[in-house]
Amino acid sequence: MAQKTRTAPAGTPTNVTQKHTKGGIGESTLRPDGTLKVTGEFAYSSDMWHEDMLWGQTLRSTVAHAEIENIDISEAVAMPGVYAVLTYDDLPAKTKNYGLEIQDTPVLAHGRVRHHGEPVALVAADHPETARRAAAKIKIDYRELPVVTDEASALAPDAPLIHEGRDDHHAGHVPHPNIVHRQPIIRGNADEAAKRADVIVRGEYTFGMQDQAFLGPESGLAVPAEDGGVDLYVATQWLHSDLQQIAPVLGLPPEKVRMTLSGVGGAFGGREDISMQIHACLLALRTGKPVKIVYNRFESFFGHVHRHPAKLSYEHGATRDGKLTHMKCKIVLDGGAYASASPAVVGNASSLSVGPYVVDDVDIEAIALYTNNPPCGAMRGFGAVQACFAYEAQMDKVAAKLGMDPVEFRQLNAMEQGSIMPTGQVVDSPAPVAELLRRVKARPMPPEQQWLVAGEEADVRALPGGLSNTTHGEGVVRGVGYAVGIKNVGFSEGFDDYSTARVRLEVINGEPVAMVHTAMAEVGQGGVTVHAQIARTELGVTQVTIHPADTQVGSAGSTSASRQTYMTGGAVKNTCEAVRAKALEIGRRKFGSYHPAWATAELLLEGGTVVTDGGEVLADLADVLEGEEIDVELEFRHRPTQAFDLVTGQGNGHVQYTFAAHRAVVEVDTELGLVKVVELATAQDVGKALNMLSVVGQIQGGTTQGLGVAVMEEIIVDPKTAKVRNPSFTDYLIPTILDTPTMPVDVLELADPNAPYGLRGLGEAPTLSSTPAVLAAIRAATGLELNKTPVRPEHLTGT
Amino acid sequence: MRVNFTVNGRKQEADDVWEGESLLYVLRERMGLPGSKNACEQGECGSCTVRLDGVPVCSCLVAAGQVEGREVVTVEGLADYAAHRTDAHPGAGCASGACGTSLDAAKQWQALPSNSGLRPRAQGSQTGEAGGLAPIQQAFIDAGAVQCGFCTPGLLVAADELLERNPEPSDADIREALSGNLCRCTGYEKILDAVRLAAARQEEAV
Ligand code: FES
Ligand code: FES
Repeated sequence: MAQKTRTAPAGTPTNVTQKHTKGGIGESTLRPDGTLKVTGEFAYSSDMWHEDMLWGQTLRSTVAHAEIENIDISEAVAMPGVYAVLTYDDLPAKTKNYGLEIQDTPVLAHGRVRHHGEPVALVAADHPETARRAAAKIKIDYRELPVVTDEASALAPDAPLIHEGRDDHHAGHVPHPNIVHRQPIIRGNADEAAKRADVIVRGEYTFGMQDQAFLGPESGLAVPAEDGGVDLYVATQWLHSDLQQIAPVLGLPPEKVRMTLSGVGGAFGGREDISMQIHACLLALRTGKPVKIVYNRFESFFGHVHRHPAKLSYEHGATRDGKLTHMKCKIVLDGGAYASASPAVVGNASSLSVGPYVVDDVDIEAIALYTNNPPCGAMRGFGAVQACFAYEAQMDKVAAKLGMDPVEFRQLNAMEQGSIMPTGQVVDSPAPVAELLRRVKARPMPPEQQWLVAGEEADVRALPGGLSNTTHGEGVVRGVGYAVGIKNVGFSEGFDDYSTARVRLEVINGEPVAMVHTAMAEVGQGGVTVHAQIARTELGVTQVTIHPADTQVGSAGSTSASRQTYMTGGAVKNTCEAVRAKALEIGRRKFGSYHPAWATAELLLEGGTVVTDGGEVLADLADVLEGEEIDVELEFRHRPTQAFDLVTGQGNGHVQYTFAAHRAVVEVDTELGLVKVVELATAQDVGKALNMLSVVGQIQGGTTQGLGVAVMEEIIVDPKTAKVRNPSFTDYLIPTILDTPTMPVDVLELADPNAPYGLRGLGEAPTLSSTPAVLAAIRAATGLELNKTPVRPEHLTGT
Repeated sequence: MRVNFTVNGRKQEADDVWEGESLLYVLRERMGLPGSKNACEQGECGSCTVRLDGVPVCSCLVAAGQVEGREVVTVEGLADYAAHRTDAHPGAGCASGACGTSLDAAKQWQALPSNSGLRPRAQGSQTGEAGGLAPIQQAFIDAGAVQCGFCTPGLLVAADELLERNPEPSDADIREALSGNLCRCTGYEKILDAVRLAAARQEEAV
């Protein structure tokens, strides 16, 4: 490149067509962390290492509900290589609990354990095995208490109270202290409307407990600092939320807890709650040494909250011509021993319980229970998933009763822009529900009996049961099923949801370079990719550096609720706009006298230059910035939302909605009850695809998690003891590449006028409808009712 | 116990290894090679896949003592391994020894305050940087097969071995070969794309 030594702008104005900056939004640019990830250099939280570091280990309760009568740590302390053993008595501050919304979760159990796997004591030692053995030497005397495991046992008159003396802000309005939160939604008059119905369909549905099963285990490294504070490197979804919960328990001011995001190996909601963060800090502060904690897979199943299992009772009515008259439902979510995100899950489950349909008369109630089951909280789809499973099964049942095509019936009742939600909120951006259904339906079917290669023997790999060679096609039947769902984007119900971005623009080695600094957790979703794309688009530069995410910049909010591209993407966009304005100001000051367009024209930054909207180049950005540096930090908020009324459920509670539809094609071996999903097609509206490669990747990933819960995924909790029976990848199954079918994706881009670039959050929607679509397909193949996830072979063979 | 073995073409020795330690632990915590991942440590997910004398294994299931005198290739050595595929011995491509990490160098790894959470590489890294990426590594990036990337190292080692054995795999072959590697993020479609892409490029190059 030629040396540039200009003091004046890039020569005289020229008539060039507008320059495009490569790698901007709308392009499928590649991940900036891709190379590090394929070479093994990317440091995940479990890869952290420090000289002299110790290993932390948690001792967890072996029973679900008990009084702790005594803890004896003497043998553990005496073991060579052990540096510290901590129990509740060692907690340094008055604050002993934490929690996302309700601070009901003890850092270490005090007096009582409320679920299997609750942390009771901590050990730090010089080898992980020493730490494990020392933890095993801690003696705890439990006096077991009766367990509360379901609605009946939780709400019985003499039910043990999971949290006695509750004083949280939901305690006042719940009908029973074992109910975390209750949200009714009443609109119109469902009983009156039911009289107009020609058919009424009722159903009871059960949704099993799903695990996020991210691959990178909970882990991190806490390093004690000289100022008495601590530096924490950790995989999380929201650094600032962690910080808010960690600092009070450590008895430190927030500025003495410095958090840096380390590599995150997937999250899906499972890292919204604290896991090992506080424990590692406590051990580091106590021993004065860096402490690393890495859960193994067994512990990981106890270390994070799961998706709420749910029981859903639905009633729908419809007229003969296929119009829904009313809907009544009751959704009971099992929140387990601690609140976590249960209140918000209740809000979502209730407000999205009708699905993407127009029903004017509804009677809805959703509750979350406190029980002695494992705590449940956030997981991809967040309350909307359970509801979608039930209302989509209902849609098929009503259509069948009316003798209508299930897709046409849905289309007839589909919401559209301008429709009213059961909460009274108007859907004020595109809602292409009927169109999404049309698209998946119009797609050509995969060939029948794919296992038969023309004229040859069956390729068993394509059959249910696969390589197990359980069938050669006899007894195998095909079914097709459809489903569609609606998910909200961002944090709802009046939450002050914001994100912060800092952007610096300067000249480095003669080239303008933008640095984007946010606290956004990159959990694999690709935020770092789109942030660079946004900065390139807004600032017209090629070089963008993404600063590591840490707590030295304002909060970015959580990487969840499909909100990060909207929120932190929006923050980066807004901040870049402010930076651009400053750059143009500098340009005007320096070069304004050279050309009238500086004062009169609409100016843009493109391809490293300042151009007019007519495409005339006024100056090189590098020349404008030479010697100056622009640094701006701004917060971005979405439009405000309101809390739902506690009696009627009315309120403009949500920011934005997002929609996806699926068509599932399955083949079922009816003799053995084995299912092969042959194809799972998605159509989704993403508003605007900032990076199509990532968009499709997210849709396929979300679709697969929905497939998992349809046919294999469930944490099994013993109903008598509330103990988890399958905390391992041997017993908790997630789909392998052999379980996962071809997944064609059809992306629609109908801009939301209220969102940055018109985009729609997209990560969760595909998880919703994939489960009911697969279930519908299995029902179509077998003729069975199947009201429970996951479908297991015994459900199909009646054994 | 002391274990002597070859990692990515370089002789290594690990001291004071406890008998219960896995090859995965020794690689990650003693050799400073954390590329092989610890997702389940029970042989179920394949994230820790390495090649042991050329054969893909779950390193979490291999006791450290079992590798005495043997050759291990990890994702860190994959590019170099692929570049020297014609050599007789796995990992022997680095005859110069220039692509190994010395134990001393490995020990310099640490988390630095204010860094990106990316721990600095040991000097003389084994990433194959000199030779760029293996075709399968590049294909994973290009096809969008990397999201969180935790499954990626194991998948790369397994996929590379598949392409070595079977340069033109069918989709069913790919699915079969990668069925021991879990990925929770991608839904596998793009992983299939990546393997197809690498195979196609390989063919083009011949
Ligand atoms: S970590 Fe070895 S197979 Fe999962
Ligand atoms: S597990 Fe995250 S990309 Fe595969």
